[in-house]
Amino acid sequence: MADSSSAGVATGYPSQQHRARLALLLLIAPALVWLVGLIVLPHLELAVLSLRARVAPRVYEFSFNQYRTFFEEPLYWHTFVRTAGMSILATLCTLLISFPVAWYIAKIARGRSKSVLFILCLIPFWVSETVRTLGWMILLRESGVLPRLLVDVGITTMPVEMLYHDATILVGLVYTSMLFMVVPLVSALESLDDSLVEAAYDLGGDGWSILRQIVVPHAAPGIAAGSIVVFMLTLGNYLTPTLLGGKNSLWFTEQIYTQFITRFNWEQGAAFGFLLLVLSTAIVWLGLKLTRQRFGDVMRRE
Amino acid sequence: MEQDLEVDRVTKRYGPHTAVDALSLAVAHGSFFSILGPSGCGKTTLLRIVAGFLAPDEGDVRIGGRSMRGVAPNRRPVNMVFQHLALFPLMSVGENVGYGLARRGVASAEIASRVGAMLERVGLPGAQHKRVDQLSGGQKQRVAIARSLVLEPTLLLLDEPLGALDLKLREHMKIELKQLQADFGTTFVYITHDQSEALVLSDRVAVMNAGRFEQVGTPQELYYQPRTPFVAGFVGANNRFAGSAVGSDGGIVELLTADGLAVRARASGSIAAGDPVEAFMRPEVIDLARDAAELASTAQRFAGRVQSLLFDGANSAVLVREETTRAEIRIALPQTGRFADLSVDEKVTFGVDPQRAVCFRAGNHGG
Repeated sequence: MADSSSAGVATGYPSQQHRARLALLLLIAPALVWLVGLIVLPHLELAVLSLRARVAPRVYEFSFNQYRTFFEEPLYWHTFVRTAGMSILATLCTLLISFPVAWYIAKIARGRSKSVLFILCLIPFWVSETVRTLGWMILLRESGVLPRLLVDVGITTMPVEMLYHDATILVGLVYTSMLFMVVPLVSALESLDDSLVEAAYDLGGDGWSILRQIVVPHAAPGIAAGSIVVFMLTLGNYLTPTLLGGKNSLWFTEQIYTQFITRFNWEQGAAFGFLLLVLSTAIVWLGLKLTRQRFGDVMRRE
Repeated sequence: MEQDLEVDRVTKRYGPHTAVDALSLAVAHGSFFSILGPSGCGKTTLLRIVAGFLAPDEGDVRIGGRSMRGVAPNRRPVNMVFQHLALFPLMSVGENVGYGLARRGVASAEIASRVGAMLERVGLPGAQHKRVDQLSGGQKQRVAIARSLVLEPTLLLLDEPLGALDLKLREHMKIELKQLQADFGTTFVYITHDQSEALVLSDRVAVMNAGRFEQVGTPQELYYQPRTPFVAGFVGANNRFAGSAVGSDGGIVELLTADGLAVRARASGSIAAGDPVEAFMRPEVIDLARDAAELASTAQRFAGRVQSLLFDGANSAVLVREETTRAEIRIALPQTGRFADLSVDEKVTFGVDPQRAVCFRAGNHGG
């Protein structure tokens, strides 16, 4: 940097250097404002909030009490473990369902049908998440479409309540996340040279070994990128688990909501929010380590 | 002689287009067989049928005497070297070469020793742990061939593997391929659109056009005794004269082009006076002289002017315009340097022994 600026001075065009730097600054300014204003500042505020305890009206002191509560109160960390577990399960289900879809779009569909399939994946997102989730409720509630159909066909004698189960939450979460898995998978699979698959087949590989040794390693950055996005979206989702899981859902974001809004305990809510950030980051880091992926590579390939 | 590959009246259609048309061929054990043709002639389709990636609509493929009907590519005793080689980029060289053995369930110690031995044979000893992107173009090709040959296939198929290389490397790899084939003695079936590759490498060449073989023979036969106008035009450089036959005498046809140039050439097949015909005359069978007296007495003679000089070392040629009809004729320059001082617009004479030019009835392109 020092070299280039002195070169600029030596040739007598210092203003060009400055102008380039100013242009760069102006270009990244919106992103900086967004990052600092909406993400860094609130989180600093959250951190400060989470680390204080109210000892008297308007009197606060530094304390780890909120964090201690999380680990000492089984309900809280049980909820967190459950949320993380369900999110991992939902991510895996999304991956398993999206992979064949992405394979079909990337490798088998040609021309028009390819774009039509892609749009079909996108269309649900034209409807707001609330409406989509309410759609699931209309289908699944006791007096809803599916239970009645089951009675009519003769599979069940009485309408079954299909809402408020863990499986219902999973279905809703997978449905909401599909697109975010399909898009990175399609781009990863499209870059896979067909002749590699043919060569492996020609050399004696069968479907399963080719998938394991050729296709998945190639698509690994796409798989990791999709999984991170889906896991984070699922973990931080509030609407779907609350509406489809009802009172039994026990989703960690609900706990945060309760602390902030119902109990008006902002300190506790801030601590939960911070813990969610730290723990989810730790899980993603662990996932990348286990699959020997590097975050930088994953995001570049995306 | 034992046939490693027999293709028996194989047909493949894509809608109304027939890519491979009732084609038959036999390749002898241990030979280097090339299929030469322009792009779109169906040679890739034929190769993919042999490899098993495509099923023929009609006919059968036998490899080592065994019918391949219903046998999947991973069960055929055939391996393929792909156009862009298709080495697995995320595996090391050793893993690439050992891939097929591992799929067959060979023990890993056995794989390591066979991979080591194979890499040594292709001139890459100790390259097991290199990454694929550390190799040069030529080394990659050797790894691709090693990866196939380590499985000891009856037949190795090569799909224009030199197509993506630059000229210098291509010349080098041509020689290397021929030596590898001679070393291993495996039957190679090679497809290419480059006639020089086919002529240099092969024991036998099939010239393919529009889904059919125009002619199958040794490179020498194709070059000196082309049986169809397509082969005459496609293999080697050639001067082509189209016109109609005005008479024939003892196997020599005299034809008159639209411009009025009279050319005599050996007839291939029966040609009657009045037939539309095409004659071909190779640049190197035409003798060039400054003085008509230097030409052989049996030759038919022409006079012309040098239009341009195409100096290219051993492949040097000169374009001459025939004096009365302005027809352009390519003539190879002799290696003696006798015409090193030839200049543009110089008056020359040239002559051809009619026996060494060939004439076909036009329109029987066979495709």
